[in-house]
Amino acid sequence: MKTAGIDIGSLTGKALILEDNNIISWSLIPTNPDSNVTVKKAIDIALEKANLSLDDMDYVVSTGYGRLVVPFAQRNITEISCHAKGAHWFFPEVRTILDMGGQDCKAIRCDDTGKVANFAMNDKCAAGAGRSMEVMADILQLPLDDLGKLSLEIVEAEVSISNTCVVFAKSEALSFLRRGKHRSDILAGVCEALATRVYSLMQRVGIEQEFVISGGIAKNIGIVKRLADKTGLNPRIAFEPQIVGALGAALFAQEIMQREQQT
Amino acid sequence: MVAIGVDIGSLTTKVAIVRDSKVMAHEVVLTGESSHEAATRAVQGAMSLAGVDIKDVAKFVSTGVGKSELPYDGEQATEVLCAVKGALFYYPSARTVIDMGAESVRVSRCGANGRVLNFGTNDKCASGTGTFLDTISKALEIKVEDLGPLSLQAKEEIIITATCAVFAESEVVGLIARGKDKASILGGIIKSIASRVYGLTNRVGINKDVIFIGGGAKNIGISKSLGDLIKQELLIPPDPQIVGAVGAALIAQERSQAS
Amino acid sequence: MIAHYGYADGSGEYYIIIDTDRCDGCGECVKVCPQGVLEVALDDYDKAVARVKEDVLKSIHYICLGYHLRCANEESNCHTVCPQDAISHTW
Repeated sequence: MKTAGIDIGSLTGKALILEDNNIISWSLIPTNPDSNVTVKKAIDIALEKANLSLDDMDYVVSTGYGRLVVPFAQRNITEISCHAKGAHWFFPEVRTILDMGGQDCKAIRCDDTGKVANFAMNDKCAAGAGRSMEVMADILQLPLDDLGKLSLEIVEAEVSISNTCVVFAKSEALSFLRRGKHRSDILAGVCEALATRVYSLMQRVGIEQEFVISGGIAKNIGIVKRLADKTGLNPRIAFEPQIVGALGAALFAQEIMQREQQT
Repeated sequence: MVAIGVDIGSLTTKVAIVRDSKVMAHEVVLTGESSHEAATRAVQGAMSLAGVDIKDVAKFVSTGVGKSELPYDGEQATEVLCAVKGALFYYPSARTVIDMGAESVRVSRCGANGRVLNFGTNDKCASGTGTFLDTISKALEIKVEDLGPLSLQAKEEIIITATCAVFAESEVVGLIARGKDKASILGGIIKSIASRVYGLTNRVGINKDVIFIGGGAKNIGISKSLGDLIKQELLIPPDPQIVGAVGAALIAQERSQAS
Repeated sequence: MIAHYGYADGSGEYYIIIDTDRCDGCGECVKVCPQGVLEVALDDYDKAVARVKEDVLKSIHYICLGYHLRCANEESNCHTVCPQDAISHTW
């Protein structure tokens, strides 16, 4: 049985092909202003890598922001449920999941089957999402990928950022820079503030090991380490943390097909 | 003798000089990096316009986010009190004051005597503040003062789904890429800002007459959109940005007469 | 499932919390909400439960006036009409 999962986010589009519970192929691309283009490109790349065509798919589930614009999906399922399912496939002992992308952040508690028990999502405010990192990378003139590592290399002392709002925090960071504070020290303050907000979201749903981090934020060592310190747990991260949602969607597709075949 | 009110805001510093309850002069400067320096410049500019000297000043009262940075001996007053005092000066019938600044929005309800009954503030989230407009003005490459009039020429209704200034900026960039015209995009942004302010007024409550002050009141798009949402006519003083400073000056006058 | 609908931004934390295991989809909360914030729909596990409408989620602090601030003073509100005590608010 072959199924596909499509996860269209605000910054990236992902597609994943599953065959008999094994990942055959996947794609991860930046979004196009036209979601239809993103969807087509994501699925085409994944299918090509697997040497398959769309007709070979027994069932397709879509999720993410673009879950309403995938014409060939038979069902849409929320990203919350898909992330829980995907994380559970990677780490069956998972009970707490933190997923953060460019524009949102989700804290999920799940049971031993990967079913969602508790969740809280935040997609209204940039201060609680990956965007806050991008804005800082831009004003500090550093590559986004280096921010996490740099935030751990404090020179003098962590600079405390008092504003939550990214718009105000941006000016605050700039004014610290002008006053001669080190970039790494400012970054330490920024990452600490973000990690605190994320931890607060996680506390809302309750924290229990195993703890999995997915989404682009899993690649930010500065945030990952700070969350490990705050939770006292060792975060588990998949080999490609950004495909967890698409995997979950493909797994749901597989489950639905299995149910239909039994009846 | 004169009384001077200094409103040190995050973007601009406003000064008003009052004698016998009449506004003699006012000055507005950019606050920039040093509130201290901006306040000095603004006070000196206003004094020069009014033809007065520091020895003519009976009292200073400062307000705004930088009120503790006043470089002269003076007292402080809250932004809410100054807004209410200033609004009542221009409109004795004022009972609700909406103050939209660069980095904060405030709604206050007051009695006829200027006593504050209730107020609500947002100074932690940029959506619904002037900074949001500033961000959009840069994204659309249109001067801030042209945003309001242009938004009234919207050709179609565009709904901005983001309620965060940062995400809205990306949404605007996306809309431009899709060929939407700037006037219509602006119309959507202005409605979004107005609904944030409207949400705040809902929490505080509204009593007629409603006065709209602060830099944001200079934007005709916002005042129209906000007026439509709260279903009230918004009274806007001739120079809405200095109303807080005028209120502070009136409080300075009151306090100097009392002592 | 405990679903927290809403967000935290610079000005505070605003969540409407619905316990979908307790919720039986009766819809009384939908009827009583003065701002029309709620609806009953199928969740991912195919159970009909109450949830916050998607287009309201990001403006929840502006549209829902807040249980503790406003609706608690009303005779009937989404908390009092729910037979299963499935709804709560953080503000």
